[in-house]
Amino acid sequence: MNFITFCDLRLLNLLEYPSDFANLKIDRMASKKNNPKEVTENDSNSRRDFIKKSGLFTALAFTPPSLVMASENKWDEKIAEYLETVPLSIEVNGKKHNLNIEPRTTLLDLLREQLQLTGTKKGCDHGQCGACTVHVNGTRILSCLTLASMQQNAEVTTIEGLAKGKKLHPMQEAFIKHDGFQCGYCTPGQIMSGIACIKEGHANSREEIREYMSGNICRCGAYHNIVDAITEVKEGGKEL
Amino acid sequence: MSKTSNINRVDGFAKVTGSATYSAEYKTPGVVYGCLVGSTIARGRIKSIDTKKAEWAPGVLAVITHLNVDKPTGYQKVKDKRNFGQPLQIFKDDSVLYYDQPIALVIADTFERMQYAASLIKADYFKEEHSTDLQKAADKEKKIDTEKGNDYHRGEHDGYKNAEVIFEAEYTIPTEVHNPMELANIIAKWDGNKPTLYTKSQGVEGTRRSVAGVFDVPVEDVSVFSEYLGGAFGMGLHTWPYEIAALMGAKKLNRPVKLVLHREQMFTNVGFRPFTIQKMGLGATKAGKLTGLTHEAVAMTSSYEDFMEGTVNMSRFIYDCANVSTRYRIVPLDTCTPIWMRGPGEATGSFALECAMDEMAYKLNLDPIEFRKLNYAEKDQEQNKPWSSKYLLECYEGGMERIGWKNRKNEPGSVKEGNWLVGYGMGTGTFGCYRSPTSVKAKFLPDGNLVLQCSVNDMGPGTATMMTAIGAEITGLPVENIIIEMGKSGLPKGPTQGGSATTSSVGSAVHDACNLLVSKAVGLASGTLAFKGIPITELTFENGVISSKKNSSKSVTLASLLTANKLDELTVENLSKADEEAKKYSIYSFSVHFVKVLVNPNLGKIRLAHVVSCADIGTVINQKTSAGQMYGGAVGGIGMGLMEALEIDHRFGRPINNNFADYHVPVNADIEKQEVFFVNKKDPISNPMGTKGLGETALVGMAPAIANAVFNATGKRVRDLPITLDKIIETVKV
Repeated sequence: MNFITFCDLRLLNLLEYPSDFANLKIDRMASKKNNPKEVTENDSNSRRDFIKKSGLFTALAFTPPSLVMASENKWDEKIAEYLETVPLSIEVNGKKHNLNIEPRTTLLDLLREQLQLTGTKKGCDHGQCGACTVHVNGTRILSCLTLASMQQNAEVTTIEGLAKGKKLHPMQEAFIKHDGFQCGYCTPGQIMSGIACIKEGHANSREEIREYMSGNICRCGAYHNIVDAITEVKEGGKEL
Repeated sequence: MSKTSNINRVDGFAKVTGSATYSAEYKTPGVVYGCLVGSTIARGRIKSIDTKKAEWAPGVLAVITHLNVDKPTGYQKVKDKRNFGQPLQIFKDDSVLYYDQPIALVIADTFERMQYAASLIKADYFKEEHSTDLQKAADKEKKIDTEKGNDYHRGEHDGYKNAEVIFEAEYTIPTEVHNPMELANIIAKWDGNKPTLYTKSQGVEGTRRSVAGVFDVPVEDVSVFSEYLGGAFGMGLHTWPYEIAALMGAKKLNRPVKLVLHREQMFTNVGFRPFTIQKMGLGATKAGKLTGLTHEAVAMTSSYEDFMEGTVNMSRFIYDCANVSTRYRIVPLDTCTPIWMRGPGEATGSFALECAMDEMAYKLNLDPIEFRKLNYAEKDQEQNKPWSSKYLLECYEGGMERIGWKNRKNEPGSVKEGNWLVGYGMGTGTFGCYRSPTSVKAKFLPDGNLVLQCSVNDMGPGTATMMTAIGAEITGLPVENIIIEMGKSGLPKGPTQGGSATTSSVGSAVHDACNLLVSKAVGLASGTLAFKGIPITELTFENGVISSKKNSSKSVTLASLLTANKLDELTVENLSKADEEAKKYSIYSFSVHFVKVLVNPNLGKIRLAHVVSCADIGTVINQKTSAGQMYGGAVGGIGMGLMEALEIDHRFGRPINNNFADYHVPVNADIEKQEVFFVNKKDPISNPMGTKGLGETALVGMAPAIANAVFNATGKRVRDLPITLDKIIETVKV
């Protein structure tokens, strides 16, 4: 079946049976493989334009007047929006979220802009500075290079999830004691990396800590104190 | 050591838990997302701009360009003069004055939709020839038409030329970019005709004035919140076009607009340390007495603003010398306007001066520190005033001992550790101590807390912690009982955070306000029955309790005093400023950076094995945060010395390395061993605490220290920063 026709029909179905949505997504991806030229981001017709034109506007060709009205009321926009989201079940700092998100949303933007967890910072959006470091299933990752939609059922820990009320995590305490920051903007990333650095077994000497903390830039230049803080936590031997 | 001299950062809890709120993080109902689209040419005019696709893209609320913008009424009022402080008027017309100049603002309802829509904007241009290369345009240099731009002469003009021993050389520093970790960002909104900005500003009051000027509204109607800054290092000293754009968007939509620059835009749109070419001429007797010093600098500015900094100023006073000439010139180029970057001017100037001093010392066969001591300035010859205090010699001694200067050999390349060549070097830094008029409100609350209010920011040095330490010292209250409110308009007016002046200005204001408040409390208490018959001079205030010095059983708590007088709070607001006495002195901080480098002669690799930074900054209010600032300034200087340079492809007038992968800044692995030493002696003149300022001297002098150490290790003199391995590897003898 031609992809466009297929899509159109499914779209019409979808108006009646929204629960078909998940299947449609999979079908669409399968179709894309067979017809790679039909959907490209570089094309001057965007994917969004494509879906809207092929979907709704074909539907409009059947032209019940009510559908024209739908377009005027920007319902086409709403349908397109619905088509473009994917369901995501994710646990952040022990709290489960069931969300519908755009597939292009990064984990960083999901945390900051949608879940209002602004402790995780955006410093470059290119995985070059480390400010956005969080733990996913216990491993440090750069949330700006991570698509949220790929983290189905993941357990995410951000800086907000470390302290138990007023009781700080040992790494947070050590950063305060050793003054491992100034402006504080890279600090959440440094702390998340610092904890991971010890857990990974990469904190056995100052040299090793420096090496394994070099993905986290601190423009205020608090490196000396950051190494002091991580060294103390490592030597303290507490469970992290 | 007092109990407040080594306290933890008071905003530490907020910063390590992620609860500190930076500008773009204020929870603002109904906020929409804006993004600036930049020009793809460096000079010309916009022929056409296609915004249709973006406008039709899902979720897009507005696309603003020069064609449809409501020009702020303040635009017309700006005189056509190239004064610094009149930045690019965004969307004013079709002209393009630098690469990546904003030509459109796209606003959409979500971040993702905004980014996508912005990618659909396309423009065509009438291109004009651009000029971005200072080294090719240096002949277009011009003098700045202000007093500060004048040439300086003491004694004979260019007197160095008549000396027994003459040294001349040219030094260059490339464009460096502040690149604080927090991107430039703002949430802008309007309440009728009153704008509110949550923005990355180093000066709340300055931003208010700029915005009031552009939109032609009263200053009092402009609200600015800038409570936490994720670093700035100078880039927050200007109100930039992106801030005005966000306000335009918010006004058009009558909704709050959040606008965060991309990291790439941080390299093109919010200033930088300007590319500068410097010529040094030194003259001395054979015995090592400086007789002449000439320092000339040519720096870049933009085509629309005359920017200058004190690049040559240090040469006028730091060494004893009868004949001194300095000249400063600028060349307009097709770039964004530069802005002061940490250690503005002096960092650039000290690279040339302190390298030249090192080179001259070699020429005279003197130890570089011996040479400096021979030319130690007993007074400020530029202003013809005595120093308020000067402990530069203590910095030399402290640094020599810690770095192991005795292991240094004057002969380059003569010390080795395994396969590594070892070199020692030092560089001197200085920066003026300034004090701006500052208002602080201090109030005692019935719960025993002291609140200190000032609109000053804290971009990272620990201003809030400093205010707390001084407040605690004077009132005797525990640190935990002091609440700081800062970084927003509506509070008593504080200065812009910059020029190493914050502690001197705000600290003094806290000092004065707290003293007045304590006096007020004691005065109030002396009228009560408890102290009947006891003279006011015999009452003391400690930790929220007023008591008789002679009979401590006679006491009254602040809380009961407030209750008895039916007061909700006891308040003092005071404007504090420098006294006339200070004008009789020359007040400067001094620093000396020492480095031990290891250079691999086969690879040209440079390691900083040991860095010692010493400073005379007067009284150290808080050892912990001051040390942090000194470590950090030194790291900034290491970046300047070894890696930082914005490379421009002059064919297109645009940067090549506009990201953190290609524009290298120091990372943890670069910093092997660092030490900090403060003389910590009170300055008798500067201000009530005797502080002199630290932020700039922490960086000034580090780059030449590295260059001098590299020469000591290898015999290779690098006069163009940064000192990358390619500049060493070709010429070092293996």
